[in-house]
Amino acid sequence: MRNTKRTQKIAFFLMLLATLLIVVPVGMIVVIIVQKGLPAINWQFLSDIPRQGMRTGGIFPAIIGTIYLVLGAIVFALPIGLLAVIYLSEYSRDNFLTRIIRLAIVNLSGVPSVVYGLFGLALFVVFFKFGASILSGSLTLGIMILPIIITTSREALESVPQSFREVSLSLGASKWQTIRHIVLPNAIPGILTGTILGLGRAAGETAPILFTVAAFYLPQLPKSIFDQAMALPYHLYVISTQVPNVDEKVRYGTALVLLVLVLFMNLVAIIIRYRFRKKKKW
Amino acid sequence: MRKLKEFIIEKLILVCGLAAIFFVVLIFLFLLKEGLALFKSVNPFAFIFGKSWYPISEPAQLGIMPLILGSLLVTLGAAIISIPIGVACAVYISEVAPSKTKEILKSGIELLAAIPSVVLGFIGMVTLVPWVKSVFHLPTGLTALSGSIMLAFMAMPTIVSVAEDALYSVPKNYKEGAFALGATHWQTIYRVMLPAASSGIVAAVMLGIGRVIGETMAVMMITGNSAIIPHSILQPVRTLTATIAAEMGEAVVGSEHYFALFAIGIVLFVISFIINVTADLFLHKRQ
Amino acid sequence: MVKFEVHDLNVWFEKAQALKNVNIEVRQNEILSIIGPSNSGKTTFIRMLNRLNELNPHFRMSGIVELDRLNIRNTDVEALRKRVGMVFALPLPLPLSIYENIAYGIRMHGLKNKAKIGQIVERSLKQSYLWDEVKDRLDESAFKLSGGQQQRLCISRTLAVAPEVILFDEPCSGLDPISTAKVEEAMLELKKEYTIVLVTNNVKQAARVGDRTAFFLSGELIEIDTTDRIFTVPKDQRTDGYIRGRFG
Repeated sequence: MRNTKRTQKIAFFLMLLATLLIVVPVGMIVVIIVQKGLPAINWQFLSDIPRQGMRTGGIFPAIIGTIYLVLGAIVFALPIGLLAVIYLSEYSRDNFLTRIIRLAIVNLSGVPSVVYGLFGLALFVVFFKFGASILSGSLTLGIMILPIIITTSREALESVPQSFREVSLSLGASKWQTIRHIVLPNAIPGILTGTILGLGRAAGETAPILFTVAAFYLPQLPKSIFDQAMALPYHLYVISTQVPNVDEKVRYGTALVLLVLVLFMNLVAIIIRYRFRKKKKW
Repeated sequence: MRKLKEFIIEKLILVCGLAAIFFVVLIFLFLLKEGLALFKSVNPFAFIFGKSWYPISEPAQLGIMPLILGSLLVTLGAAIISIPIGVACAVYISEVAPSKTKEILKSGIELLAAIPSVVLGFIGMVTLVPWVKSVFHLPTGLTALSGSIMLAFMAMPTIVSVAEDALYSVPKNYKEGAFALGATHWQTIYRVMLPAASSGIVAAVMLGIGRVIGETMAVMMITGNSAIIPHSILQPVRTLTATIAAEMGEAVVGSEHYFALFAIGIVLFVISFIINVTADLFLHKRQ
Repeated sequence: MVKFEVHDLNVWFEKAQALKNVNIEVRQNEILSIIGPSNSGKTTFIRMLNRLNELNPHFRMSGIVELDRLNIRNTDVEALRKRVGMVFALPLPLPLSIYENIAYGIRMHGLKNKAKIGQIVERSLKQSYLWDEVKDRLDESAFKLSGGQQQRLCISRTLAVAPEVILFDEPCSGLDPISTAKVEEAMLELKKEYTIVLVTNNVKQAARVGDRTAFFLSGELIEIDTTDRIFTVPKDQRTDGYIRGRFG
C-alpha cells in the first residue's frame, strides 16, 4: 500500500515536471522578448522606414505590409469560407461527395505552410501572372486559413440546436430565412473566434509569403495590390539571418511587435469566446 | 419576389461551396503539374534515393535522400522529446492539476501555439544554438539536435491539447468504477484512463509529428542548412521544408530546379496526407 | 367538414418503417387526440401534416396527405407550414426577446408595419393567457420565462401567423399540473377557431380535451372513434389494454 502511494507521488511529480518543462520556457520566451525588445520600441521605430540596410530606422513598411496581407486574406477567405460552410452544413446531403470534401478539409489544415507557398507561387504569381504582390500573398494566406475558418465555423453552425431550425421552419419561414435570422446570429461569435485565430496564424506565417509577396528590403509603402510589400515575420527572418551586424535591439523589437500583434488577435478571440459562453442561453 | 431573391442567394451559396472545393482541387492540380514536370527529365527513383542534392551545379544533381534523412532525423529527435513530455503534461492538466491551475496551464499552452514560428526560430538562434554549441563543444550550434529541441517545443501544444481532449472524453463512469474498486488515482490513470484514451493519444502524437515535419522557418533558422547525409544528431542538416523555402527564391521559373522544389512539395504533401488520414481514423475510432 | 385526409400512408426512416398503411381524417374545429406508447408513430404522424419529416435525410414515404382536398406534397411547403402551425414537446423559445419570438413568424412572411405587428403580438399573447404575465417585460429574453410560460409563448407564436390547424406534439410533457391545466384551457378555447391535433402520452389528457381519439401502436392506427367511445367501449383489446394502463 505504501509502495503504491509512493509510485503515485513519483508519477505525479514527473508529470508536474513535464508540464513545467513546457510552460516555464514559454513564460521565459515572452519575458525575454519583452525585456530586450521594449527598449527598442519608440515612435520612430514604429513609424519610420528601415535605414542603413535595415540596421537602424523603423519597421513601419513591414507593419503596414502585414496589415495589408491580413486584411486581404480576410476579404478573400471569410466570404468564401462562410458561404462554403453554410453549403456544407446546411444544404449538402450526407453523401459520398460531402464526405470527400470533409476529408479534404481535414487534410488541408495539415498541409505544411511552405507547400501553400508553392501553391501560391504556381497559381497566382506564375499562372495568373499577378507576380509577387500583395494580391498573390493575400490569396495564398487566405487559402491557407480557409480550412481553419471552415472547421471552426462548422462547429459554430452545428452548435446551434437543430430544434431552433425546426421551430423556425414550422412557422413557415424559408430555409434561407432560418439560416439568416436564426442560425447565423447565434453562430457569429464562434465564426468570429475562428476567423480571428486564422488571421493570427496568417499574420505570423512566413513560409507562404516568401515567394508570393515578401520584399527583402523595400523602404516605401506599397501603392497598389500589385506591389510587393515587406512583412513583419519575413523582416524578422531577414534581419536575424541574412543581414550581419544588426543591433540585437532591433531584432528583439521586431520580434516583440510581431508577437504583440499576434497575441492581441488571439486575446480578442478568447474574449469573444468567453463573453459568448457567458451569454449563451441554451 | 422574395422567392426570387432567395433562389439567387441559395445558388450563390452553392456556387461558393463548390468554388472553395474547386479551388482546392485546382491548387492540387497545380502542385502536381509543376512537380511532375520534373520527371520528364529525372528518374523518380533517382530523385527519391539520390544521395546528393546539388541543384545549381552543372549538371544538376537532384537527389533528395539527404533532405529526407534530415527531416527524419530532426523529426525523430523531436518525437522522442515531445511525446513523453507532451503526454505527461496532458495527463497532468486533465487529471491531476486543480481546476484553477488547469486554466492557467492551458492558456500557457495556447500561448505557445500562438507564437509565430519565425519568432521561436529567432529565440532558438539566440538562446538554444549557443547553448548546444558550448555544451557539446561543437564548431557550430546549428545542428539537428537544436532543431529537434525547438520542434519538440512546437509539437507540444498540438499533442497536449488533442491528448487532453481524448482524456477528457473518457466516460466518467470508467474512472468512478476504478475508484470504487479501491484503485489509487495513479493506478486509475495508468490502468484505465490511458488505455481508454489510447487511440486519441495516438492521433495527438501523429498530428504533433505532422506539425513537426511541415515546420519550415524555425528549422531553417537553426539546423544549419547543409544538404548532406547526416551521421550524427550533432551535425547540421537540411530538411525538405527548409530546402523549398531557402531555394525557391533563386530558382528560375520553369527550370529543373524549380520543378524539383515542387516535387519536394508533392513529397511533403503526400506525407502530411498520410499522417492526417491516419490521425483522423484514430480520432474517429474513439467515437 | 374534413380538414386533413390521409390515405394509405407509409413512412420509413432508412429501413425502419415508422407508419404502416395509415388512413385517417381530421375534421375542422375538432381536437383530435392521438395516443399510444412511445415509438408508436404518433409524432411521425403529425410531423407528416406540416412536412417536417422531410428534414430527415433518411425519410421516405408512400401514400397521400390532403389538406382541403389538395395533396400537400404539391403545395408550397412554406405556405403549408403557415397554415399548419406546430407546438413542440419541450418549450422551445427562439433565442430572441419575448416580443420578437411572437413577431418572428409574421416578419418572415413579410409584414413590416410596426403597429400591426404590435397588435398581433398582443392579441396572440392574450389568446394563450400570457399577456398579463409578460406585458411589462416584452423585451426580456424568452428564456427568462418559466417552463409553463415558455410553452404558452410557443402557442402564441404559432397563433401569430394565423394558422388553420395547430399540431401539438406532447405539449405538456415537461410541465407541472398547474401549467398543464392552463395549456389545456387554452386548447379548449382555441378549438372554436382552429383545428387541433394533439399528440399526448397522457391518456387522461386525451380524455379531458379530445373530441375524437386515435390509438396508434407500432406504426399502425389501431382504432379511432369519439373520445367517449374509445374510453368506454373500445373495439380493440389493445386499445382497452393501453388506456387501462396495462402497457405503454
